[in-house]
Amino acid sequence: MVYAATDLPNRADNNSAMHAEISPNGGPVIGNYFIQNAYKDAKTPNIVTVILGDYRGIDTFGEQLVIFTAGLVGILVLRKSKKLKK
Amino acid sequence: MNKRFQSPIVLLGARFLSPYIFMFGLYVIFHGHYSPGGGFQGGALLAAAILLVRVAGGEKIGQLQLIEKLTTPIGVIGVIIYFGTGLSAILAGGNFLDYGVLPFPGVVEPAWSRYIGLLIIEVGIGAAVMAILVMIYDNMIKGEDYD
Repeated sequence: MVYAATDLPNRADNNSAMHAEISPNGGPVIGNYFIQNAYKDAKTPNIVTVILGDYRGIDTFGEQLVIFTAGLVGILVLRKSKKLKK
Repeated sequence: MNKRFQSPIVLLGARFLSPYIFMFGLYVIFHGHYSPGGGFQGGALLAAAILLVRVAGGEKIGQLQLIEKLTTPIGVIGVIIYFGTGLSAILAGGNFLDYGVLPFPGVVEPAWSRYIGLLIIEVGIGAAVMAILVMIYDNMIKGEDYD
């Protein structure tokens, strides 16, 4: 994995494929759209918040449901019923 | 088992630290638009503030900060805040979780409406994460007591 990491492009490399506006197959790169339009769309300087809460809102809702389900399973497994108490 | 006794020094330290951690958690939630942070991280900090007093002070003193029966309703309310925001966007004529169409009073531009929508869902996530972390801790403690 370290050997593969040495071949990765630099973070500020403008010529790498993931930083281009047009991807190699001719379509637009979605990350480029997020960086350019995040502030205009939501007036929020933190791009990560805009992506998590707005563009990928349903995914974040799923994460919250996962945590909620973990809590419910915690009740189911850990809380003992009154019959067992006797 | 060893005999347990309460340490007033540990409890005092926990009571001193807990409000600051809670305040920082609220800051992380509400300042998530401008700095690293958000609902999950802030909710974990709020839960840390509550669990600190519960660990230090035992079962009865911990109940003074957040009653155990309230944790499950707060978690449900947190999920409902998020889902209700998405659903009200459908009722306002847009897609699910499309905050741009939400009719907030005094907001004309859809971008600022998205800003407020993001803030609301962050609060919902924070409440749910806090309540559920505390809930899991309470249930683990209870399982020990019945033995």
